[in-house]
Amino acid sequence: MKRIFILTLFLIISDTNFNFAHSISPDVFIQSTVNRASQVLSKNISKEEKINQLKLIARETVDIRGVGFYSLGAARKDLNYDQKNTYSDLFEKYFLKSFSSRLAEYTNPEIEVKDKELLNKNYTIVRSILVATADRPEVKIDWRVYTKDPNNPLIRDLIIEGLSLARTQKEEFSSILNSNDGDINALFKILKEFSQN
Amino acid sequence: MIRTLKIILLFFLLTTNALAGSDGKLELSKKNKSTKDCFEPLNRATFALNQGLDKAILKPVAKSYRSLPAPLKKGTGNVLNNLSTLITIPNNVLQGDIKLAAINTGRLVVNSTLGILGIFDPATEMGFPKYIKEDYGQTLGAWGIGPGCYLVLPVLGPSTIRDTAGMFVNVMGGDPYYNISANGNNEYLDGELFAVTKILSGVEFRANNIESLDNLETNSVDFYASVRSLYTQDRENKIKNIQRGNIEVIFKEDSDWEEIDTK
Repeated sequence: MKRIFILTLFLIISDTNFNFAHSISPDVFIQSTVNRASQVLSKNISKEEKINQLKLIARETVDIRGVGFYSLGAARKDLNYDQKNTYSDLFEKYFLKSFSSRLAEYTNPEIEVKDKELLNKNYTIVRSILVATADRPEVKIDWRVYTKDPNNPLIRDLIIEGLSLARTQKEEFSSILNSNDGDINALFKILKEFSQN
Repeated sequence: MIRTLKIILLFFLLTTNALAGSDGKLELSKKNKSTKDCFEPLNRATFALNQGLDKAILKPVAKSYRSLPAPLKKGTGNVLNNLSTLITIPNNVLQGDIKLAAINTGRLVVNSTLGILGIFDPATEMGFPKYIKEDYGQTLGAWGIGPGCYLVLPVLGPSTIRDTAGMFVNVMGGDPYYNISANGNNEYLDGELFAVTKILSGVEFRANNIESLDNLETNSVDFYASVRSLYTQDRENKIKNIQRGNIEVIFKEDSDWEEIDTK
């Protein structure tokens, strides 16, 4: 009995330590992510290499599937299992290309995390600034971090000077669907073409 | 006669705006404020026209503007900002923000005198709060008037019926600079100078956003829809008179985010 008790206690302590050791504060997570991206961008490597390395960072730190389904809006409820999978694959390719190409334009951006605000157990907003340079003013960037799994926080949105990239994406996709009588295949085609070009 | 026409047009725009978002009910309430793209085919055509004008004229001019010496650009930006306070102050008052109106009046006086007609910005150095522009479209929004239909105006770009009506207020006496230059009888200012300052404002805005707009265009699957979304979000933020990036804005789509489950 004593042996079982000790074993149980050991397991509880181990599990608590494990969680403690791996739980990442959202602001630390964002600062470490932007530092990684910044290192890539300041490297003396080709643009293509930078894009490939940025894609790796994005795969690890962004909830691409979540952003994809958010971007689809109400239309996501009408998709069957196969269409959801097709969409997720296409969106991931589209997102990685679009995201990394946008970021690759910057050279050595300096982002400072300022503070964070807990929205609820699933979301924390991390506030940061892109430090001003001689060519551009300071830019406010807020990050919507999905914290449902505190051990594995993921980015779900970037709000640049109050403008949400995810909402912009969602309205863009909605416009495409509206122009094509809600035909999801039209969106699939456009995403495929974008990723292949 | 022209003034009467302007008043009729403004009344028409505001009435249409009230009807546009209301499915048959006359409604000027705070509900139903989403921006509908009622004239999308026409808007897309105008957007294409504007893009053509941008590529042929505005963007090259903006690039040339960027190559000017930094102090000259800074001075130009300051003068344009200073002139815009003439519209911001009455809008602060109309929105009931008397304290901010007083602060902006102080800013205008300091920058127009010590700052030599606004070329310099001593008010900021003296510790005046950060200047935030206001216009009549924002005031109409703050009064509870919805945006109505989205509009793309030739040359001027994205707008809504409400914001276009707001622009008309400027030329109906709401912009003291317009009144003095285009309508006033004085030997120093005239309509041409007013037009030049407006064009300069456009060039300055374009010059400040060359990379961002290029980037957006390259990485959008529907550039028109992206611009519409960004314009709408920006106006919503400004009408709420909150600092950009405020948590209220971020909360806006929260319910939709909560529905997303990728597991």
